[in-house]
Amino acid sequence: MSQKLTVVGGGMVAHRLIEALLDRDTEQAWQIDLFCEEPVAPYDRVALTSYFSGNSPEDLLLGDADLAADPRVTVHLGGTVTALDTEARTVSTAAGVHGFDALVLATGSSAFVPPVAGSDLPGAFVYRTVQDVQDLEAWVLARQGRPLTGVVVGGGLLGLEAAGALHGLGVRATVVEFADRLMPLQVDEGGGAALRRIIEGLGVEVRTSAASAALHAGAGGEVAAMELADGTKIEADVVVFATGVRPRDELAREAGLVIGERGGVVVDDGCATVVPEVYAVGEVACIQGRTWGLVGPGNTMAEVVVDRLLGGEATFPGADTSTKLKLLGVDVASFGDAFAETPGALEVVYADPVAGVYKKLVVSDDAKTLLGGILVGDASSYASLRPMLGAELGSDPNAWLLPEGSGAPVTGQLPDAATVCSCNNVTAGTIRCAVTDEGCTDLGAVKACTKAGTSCGSCLPLVKNLVNTELEKSGVEVSNALCEHFAFSRAQLFDIVSVTGLRNFSEIIASHGTGRGCDICRPVVASILASLGTGHVLDKDQARLQDTNDHVMANLQKDGTYSVVPRVPAGEITPEGLIAIGQVAHDFGLYTKITGGQRIDLFGARLEQLPAIWKRLVDAGFESGHAYGKSLRTVKSCVGSTWCRYGVQDSVGMAVELELRYRGLRAPHKLKLGVSGCARECAEARGKDVGVIATDNGWNLYVGGNGGFTPRHAVLFAEDLDTETLVRTIDRFLMYYVRTADRLQRTAPWVEAHGIEAIREVILEDSLGICADLDAAMAAHVGSYCDEWAATLADPDKLAQFVSFVNDPEASDPDLAYVEERGQRRPATASERTLIAGPTLEVRA
Amino acid sequence: MTVRMGGGGWVSVCTKKQLIPERGVAVLVKDQQVALFRVTNAEGEEFVYAVGHRDPFADANVIARGIVGSVGQGEDQRDTVASPMYKHVFDLRTGECLTDPSGRLPVYRTWIAGGVVYVHPEPVDVPALVAS
Ligand code: SRM
Ligand SMILES: Cc1cc2nc3c(=O)[nH]c(=O)nc-3n(C[C@H](O)[C@H](O)[C@H](O)COP(=O)(O)OP(=O)(O)OC[C@H]3O[C@@H](n4cnc5c(N)ncnc54)[C@H](O)[C@@H]3O)c2cc1C
Ligand code: SF4
Ligand code: FES
Repeated sequence: MSQKLTVVGGGMVAHRLIEALLDRDTEQAWQIDLFCEEPVAPYDRVALTSYFSGNSPEDLLLGDADLAADPRVTVHLGGTVTALDTEARTVSTAAGVHGFDALVLATGSSAFVPPVAGSDLPGAFVYRTVQDVQDLEAWVLARQGRPLTGVVVGGGLLGLEAAGALHGLGVRATVVEFADRLMPLQVDEGGGAALRRIIEGLGVEVRTSAASAALHAGAGGEVAAMELADGTKIEADVVVFATGVRPRDELAREAGLVIGERGGVVVDDGCATVVPEVYAVGEVACIQGRTWGLVGPGNTMAEVVVDRLLGGEATFPGADTSTKLKLLGVDVASFGDAFAETPGALEVVYADPVAGVYKKLVVSDDAKTLLGGILVGDASSYASLRPMLGAELGSDPNAWLLPEGSGAPVTGQLPDAATVCSCNNVTAGTIRCAVTDEGCTDLGAVKACTKAGTSCGSCLPLVKNLVNTELEKSGVEVSNALCEHFAFSRAQLFDIVSVTGLRNFSEIIASHGTGRGCDICRPVVASILASLGTGHVLDKDQARLQDTNDHVMANLQKDGTYSVVPRVPAGEITPEGLIAIGQVAHDFGLYTKITGGQRIDLFGARLEQLPAIWKRLVDAGFESGHAYGKSLRTVKSCVGSTWCRYGVQDSVGMAVELELRYRGLRAPHKLKLGVSGCARECAEARGKDVGVIATDNGWNLYVGGNGGFTPRHAVLFAEDLDTETLVRTIDRFLMYYVRTADRLQRTAPWVEAHGIEAIREVILEDSLGICADLDAAMAAHVGSYCDEWAATLADPDKLAQFVSFVNDPEASDPDLAYVEERGQRRPATASERTLIAGPTLEVRA
Repeated sequence: MTVRMGGGGWVSVCTKKQLIPERGVAVLVKDQQVALFRVTNAEGEEFVYAVGHRDPFADANVIARGIVGSVGQGEDQRDTVASPMYKHVFDLRTGECLTDPSGRLPVYRTWIAGGVVYVHPEPVDVPALVAS
């Protein structure tokens, strides 16, 4: 016969407990009664704030399946337990008295409101339940129509979330914090200063070292202002208290259970109270001498109790208090010994006040072991760092803090015991095990099996990394599917298209994919088709595949206008050419700038102006610079032997030749080349995908250089080549890359993935026997090149799409607005726009 | 399927021929900028979706220049457009943003008669989905 378990409180931890029990209680030993004071089934309190970004209370409900649907569970919604009799083993609700064999108190906490006068005025709220956020929203919405101000008391995690919510509702919020900085429990002085700048940058005011003294009512009896201890008053149409929580231990108190000094039901390491078979879990429990205001430790307690109910002996191992602020646009994380309280601990700090970044790592006295840290402004390394707590960093701590170090690959070194997901207490070992022993073959399966990554999600990048590494190790092919529509990588798709001869997207997706495609696979197919020489980017059904940049052959700017970049091979330009570009810019009112690629960018062209601008440029002898395409951008050159005292070869001539040869070549990502006239390397050729450096005997060829996010120097590929060999080698290198690289993979990571030696064998020794094929493909490209813009101008059908509005071809976007700065115009900012209001500044046709 | 609401107010904006299959165009409808997309489903039925042209995340009028696509399969397939600015993906039928629920596009009713596309300037709450 089954026993009766009563769970008091239907919060997050109770939910976890019941879910785990249902799962593990294969003998059906337990029948469960769940009493919920709130009128809703257990929901995700951690995600409460997402209510303001459109998540309905239903969206917040926890779990895939309805607990109540399980015959072993009876859910009593609105069933507040009013008394607990531990002798008679009964609980009472308004509906009657219920007996139990075992009881779990999971009553959580209530929001604490400090005893200030007026805290009960209409318009003063707390921030804990769905009801709270609904009331708050209704209050604000009812008063909309005039500028509203609000005060959030408390500058901790919860207060900042509440301030974000008010801000989102259009309320000008001020955060009042008693301590001398925001999030005093999580961040130190430096972090607090950086955080403050970020929060203020959002338009939220911050008052630190300030105590609230009283709330004052206005004429209508509603809250109107908050008075601080120093006498200043802040106007407020709404006040939110986020000043901490108090455990809801009232039932336990009356039942005579032991209560902690600061509240909470005292339990042993097995989560049991003084009364046998009566447990407490979650925020109401005082375990190891303290209460825990986080869901992670609560979930661990739930698992402990489930184990005990099933005859096990699990104990609470302690918990991680790492936290990450969930506020859009504000990156804050704090973990481990963030305040360096461990004897001998060292602090390594990186701060960039301009970028608003503050990062600190706390390490052991030998600078090897990670003890804790604080990340403000850029918490991207949080997911990788947190699980390293207590482990050796394996490299100089600085490497983790510098911007380039943020992606430091570490998953290989993670000890099995490291907690990867602190919300759900999942270790690296458990995740590895899910792959090796439980047969999970993708991230989704691992999430479902281990629950890792299912709460706040901040650990997902790391979980994914671990899963992939483990899959690879066990020889399983990691899915390299492009997107949900194609199960192939770009390289595989390239082969399919090239072999099948299919030349339009509809056929390709019908025979090798599913659905309608998306913004990932469509441009990839467009690029493959272009590499295979299928004609103009706007031909036939290719137009629908192109990203807007390729579609209109210009680069989209932040205000919806475009930039225009004519090709200037090698950066060499005649005075007449300069004048022509200048004249066009002048006549169309375009902002001009010399780019980092040795040419001129003209910004602010409206869609309907592009053909007229290009007509003028083409007439002046210019052609598309493909600044928009995943294709050759520029071949940067230095002035070389023609003028330079030290030059040993004509680098400009070589750069012009290369730029004209590869212009228009569509690739997995953009391509940049550089040619320097001597080893002084003024063209920075080693920062390019292909770098050529003159030697006394010819040219040295370097490949795989990259600027951008992960800078890399190109590596020497071949030495002292004559011009013909040089060009042939570059031809092959580029074509091989075009055919085999992944989507958006530049040559640097591609070279790394294939290995420079292997590429050398393919290209210099023809180990695959494909060189003739590569040569032919490049010859076809060079032979068929024509300027996309000149072709477009000659085709009325293609020109028809260059209008802002089909029903008013002359009209331009009426929302565009500009201001003048340093003698040129630029898009008005949002605040400048409101100033300009009404008619926009004049723009020339 | 043809949904027609009473009350008049429909504005003719262009011919169906001016709509490029699977690609958007923008039209002005009584001072509102509206993006139209002509899409054919697996059964060969053609739809014209109308949503706001303004990308709520970028505050720029660019939605019509996004890439049309789909999310999900079979019964659950939803037609989408990815904004060219920051690649937010919107459900063309409901205007919901699938990548960030904090933004959405207004949705308009369309009606095609005699090769002419009409748009109702009043945005709707319910999915408006009209075939030729
Ligand atoms: C205009 C220019 C900046 C300038 O004012 O100088 C520029 C502007 C843009 N760059 Fe760049 N980059 C420019 C030179 C560079 C350089 C320097 C260079 O080429 O010598 C680099 C580093 C070198 C490199 O690429 O390895 C550079 C690395 C990037 C990256 C990072 C690529 C990477 O591998 O990590 C991106 C992002 C991307 O492509 O995904 C990017 C993307 C962009 C985009 C396209 C961003 C966007 O999507 O809107 C910018 C718009 C261009 C436009 O015309 O509207 N830009 N960009 C430069 C144009 C050069 C040209 O004449 O074509
Ligand atoms: C806005 C917000 C953001 C948060 N963000 C995070 C975060 O990012 N990370 C994190 O770890 N934690 C976060 N937390 C804290 C986290 O939500 C709690 O730690 C967690 O919900 C505790 O779970 P619990 O089950 O112990 O209590 P609760 O979820 O509070 O559930 C207790 C339930 O018991 C009910 N109850 C009380 N008394 C009775 C009674 N006598 N009879 C019947 N029912 C009763 C209550 O009404 C309540 O529904 C956040 C909290 C809030 C409010
Ligand atoms: S670095 Fe490049 S992408 Fe970034 S702002 Fe400058 S131009 Fe734009
Ligand atoms: S750490 Fe929050 S879901 Fe994993």
